[in-house]
Amino acid sequence: MQQIIFFFLRNKNFLLFLLLFVISFTLTINSHSYHKNKFVTSANFLSGGVYSMKSSVTNYFDLEEQNKILTEENERLRAILANREVETPLESPIDTNYNFISAKVINNNYARTKNYLTLNKGIRDSLKVDMGVISSQGVVGIINAVSNKYASVQSVLNTNSQVVAKFKKSDQFGTLKWDAEKANIVQLIEIPRLADVAVGDTIVTDGKSTIFPEGILIGTVADFERKPDQDYYDINVQLFSDMTRVKHVYVISHRDAVEIKQLEKEVEDAE
Amino acid sequence: MQNNAIVVNIVRFITLVLVQVLILNHINLAGYINPYLYPLFILVFPLTGNKSLLILISFFLGLTIDMFGDSGGVHAAACIFIAWIRPVALKYSFGVSYQLNTLKISTAPFTQQLIYIFAMVLLHHLMLFSMEIFNVNQILLVLKSTLFSGIFSAILMVFSILLFSRKSS
Repeated sequence: MQQIIFFFLRNKNFLLFLLLFVISFTLTINSHSYHKNKFVTSANFLSGGVYSMKSSVTNYFDLEEQNKILTEENERLRAILANREVETPLESPIDTNYNFISAKVINNNYARTKNYLTLNKGIRDSLKVDMGVISSQGVVGIINAVSNKYASVQSVLNTNSQVVAKFKKSDQFGTLKWDAEKANIVQLIEIPRLADVAVGDTIVTDGKSTIFPEGILIGTVADFERKPDQDYYDINVQLFSDMTRVKHVYVISHRDAVEIKQLEKEVEDAE
Repeated sequence: MQNNAIVVNIVRFITLVLVQVLILNHINLAGYINPYLYPLFILVFPLTGNKSLLILISFFLGLTIDMFGDSGGVHAAACIFIAWIRPVALKYSFGVSYQLNTLKISTAPFTQQLIYIFAMVLLHHLMLFSMEIFNVNQILLVLKSTLFSGIFSAILMVFSILLFSRKSS
């Protein structure tokens, strides 16, 4: 017995190190799988508070640029509004099942392999995990954690991200991933070789999930290739939204998201 | 530790965390190079201080950085690793005399300081990036990030030590 106690005393630093290392290793592994990353996130009162204090100062630096982006968006929306004919039903790409909540980005990362953004709204503004986030230019990411006042968003520039996307012209759909090579360039995979692909094609969201409505802009095809022995294209997509400068975003909530998820879960459990 | 040392270390902890998350995390030199200055806390922690305490504080230091950066536990792991290995690094760079309570990092010969800082920074970064990227196929990216960020961080640390060390008479 004494031997054991002596052993622990002699190696207490190593054992402490080992214990804490296992804890941090577990946290790291959890952060690699999207649905478990909820223990240590920037969506809490401390980091959220510090970031919103910082953003209240740095906000003024690019006010002009942000104003320009918002005006451009207004211009586009006004053009759609003015040009639609009242008699024909509104061909809006936005389904009425969806609701938009505006939020501000108070912290933004884009230089690492797993990037996250922090928003200044949270549970009390009815934000929830798994809601989609878009900017005025295109898709930004998906909320992965919320606190009362803040939310953390897994950016599309994150090697764990997967967004279903399709060609606007042909409805061929694939999965959008990021290889961490370049900011603002993401990869569209699983497009079969029969598909008609050309540089400059517009990629939009698919709308089969409750996260994004159909037809939200993502980007354009920058270049593509297909190795002779493969059945799928490798496509590089240039994002519409400049992830390095995104400030004002909209969080998308689906009216029946809870019900649909419940149903999907029931089906899954039944199998 | 005397009260004075406790206050100094608390202030250093908070300052380094704020500088790291508000400024240094957003430098993005050449697109992806960010320096990590906060391990300086572990480097200059009182040399004869309690080792278990240092490991514990390092864990919370790393976890705080992780919380701000949404990075799981990668900084915590890197921090406790260098906190645990610090006595070896000290002995390796300054000789056994560091235990005699007379050594100060800022007054030690410059080459010894450099060896100590570079060894600790490279170990920290190697741990950090291999945990963050976590992919054997991208080992080259790990090494590249370790090298470039490491040089940047080490230079910052050398300058911070030069700037903030009190001229002891």
